[in-house]
Amino acid sequence: MKRFGGFIIKEFLHIFRDKRTLLILFGMPVAQMMLFGYVITNEIREVRFAVLDHSHDQNTRDIVDRITASSYFRLETVLSSDEEIAGCLREGKVKMVLVFDRDFASNMEREGKASVHVITDASEANTASIIYSYAAGIIQDYSRKSAAPASPSSQLTISPRMMYNENLEGVYMFVPGTMAMILMLISALLTSISIVREKEQGTMEVLLVSPLKPVQIILGKVTPYVVLSLINAVSIIALGYFVFGLPVAGSLLLLIAECMLFIMTALSLGILISTATSSQQTAMMISMLALLLPTILLSGFIYPIENMPQFLQWLSVIMPPKYFIIIVKNVMLKGTGLEYVWKETLILAGMTLFFLGLSARKFKVRIDVKTGRKGPFKRKEP
Amino acid sequence: MKEEAVISVSHLYKRFGHFTANDDLCFEVGRGEIFGFLGANGAGKTTAMRILCGLSKPTSGDVKVAGFDVYTQTDHIKRNIGYMSQRFSLYEDLTVLENIRLYGGIYGLSRQKIREKSAQLLSRLEMEHMQNSLIKSLPLGWRQKLAFSVAIVHDPPIVFLDEPTGGVDPLTRRQFWNMIYEAAHRGITIFVTTHYMDEAEYCDRISIMVDGQIAAIGTPADLKASYGVSSINEVFIILARGRQAVTE
Repeated sequence: MKRFGGFIIKEFLHIFRDKRTLLILFGMPVAQMMLFGYVITNEIREVRFAVLDHSHDQNTRDIVDRITASSYFRLETVLSSDEEIAGCLREGKVKMVLVFDRDFASNMEREGKASVHVITDASEANTASIIYSYAAGIIQDYSRKSAAPASPSSQLTISPRMMYNENLEGVYMFVPGTMAMILMLISALLTSISIVREKEQGTMEVLLVSPLKPVQIILGKVTPYVVLSLINAVSIIALGYFVFGLPVAGSLLLLIAECMLFIMTALSLGILISTATSSQQTAMMISMLALLLPTILLSGFIYPIENMPQFLQWLSVIMPPKYFIIIVKNVMLKGTGLEYVWKETLILAGMTLFFLGLSARKFKVRIDVKTGRKGPFKRKEP
Repeated sequence: MKEEAVISVSHLYKRFGHFTANDDLCFEVGRGEIFGFLGANGAGKTTAMRILCGLSKPTSGDVKVAGFDVYTQTDHIKRNIGYMSQRFSLYEDLTVLENIRLYGGIYGLSRQKIREKSAQLLSRLEMEHMQNSLIKSLPLGWRQKLAFSVAIVHDPPIVFLDEPTGGVDPLTRRQFWNMIYEAAHRGITIFVTTHYMDEAEYCDRISIMVDGQIAAIGTPADLKASYGVSSINEVFIILARGRQAVTE
């Protein structure tokens, strides 16, 4: 155990002395989160909107005035029939349509309740949700102020409708997606590079000749990355919470356990890559092309999997990040427990075992046949 | 053999498919001996060396290293040998002291022992003032000397040197060989491969491998005498040529 301890310390020293690794380890997660986060939670200004007012009363006029008075919205046009709504959104003339029912005023007076429909163009899902929340804020503010003296129970119901993307998939997607990407990058890319570096520099030979067992060598190499990846996962969750106000709806413990599992999956992929390559460049290219790009493109991080061509949908089935993203979305956003994600959890665990088994096989063969240096036998084989 | 054998190999075969990399190797190396293991690239040296280090298993034959069997006791073998290769055994981004500490730890030395050993080793190399420098800041010759000292930091009965002086200037090579003599004098058996024939002359005994077989084995003086030439270089060329003649 003591032999092993020294080896892990050495691995930490490697990491802390390499500025590039440090930058990837700690700079990257923050940069990515900020990048994706701010691209999505952008401020809105002068959003053009239309009004379809079936009620034509003082209340509706007041509401429209208030919205127009804010710097966020600009009244583009007044519609006269329901049929016009679709056309005007499709043309992109407006991003939002407010619809007041015919009995808006009477409902307001009789029951103290009335509803406004806020229809937004959610082809840009994130913008739509922001537009909606701004408009809703203004309307609610109005309803509170105007109703306060008369009847305290008076309230306006706002019924939003996100057109083209009703579920608003993708609004908070950047957090699970970024998490998957960063964990993949650190665990797979950095471990594969660090193992291959030992091969490239020839120190792996020395380690293999030493009393350390191959398993210990690999464990010693990955342990620091497990620790650092976990710190990263936690800091991403914290960033999401404190900077972007994204709460963890489900169990934090379960979320972290699932992160741990995904880190293991990524590490096992990193190990597999390192057994198959002998130069750092190759390891990096493979990690980038085979892991990072699919993580971004095929996991549902940016493009919803349901919208992909059938062929790519099949391909996405073998992408570990896909399952991780599903799990994180469920636990983090929907607050579901293990009973809803056990299938994905099992798949990830299975993949991890598969990759580890494969690497163990390859590693064994490699030691026996030797590819360490000149590989004279391969050349001479008749 | 004047002393007890620390490496004994008899009828060692190693095959990869149809290709025989080691073909009926038989030799013994005694305690404190400097044994030169020569051969052209691809002659099967590295394969044999890997078997002796416990990294791969023979197809057949009896092989004992430091009294342990290579089939069943590789763990014991690994604890009782040192190893240094032409490529750096040391980590460039760690300091001199950290490297010594790492390998000391890997070979199971106690903290106290590591401290004693580092001090002793650094003073012998006259490198005390560099103990906190990163390896990458040291000249090549220094690194190789340090690598050798680190390879025997746990006082193994045997040390394997795989082309230890590749790319090192003649003066440093000379110093390096002084260190080898010193280690051998302390009873450490040296098993060394090299492509420098002048170095082969420094060995107590050498073997020359050709096509997976040991074509010649003996003291440098005996070999030169039996081939009627004045240098090991010529012996080597005669043997290598002979192989070419056969294959052509």
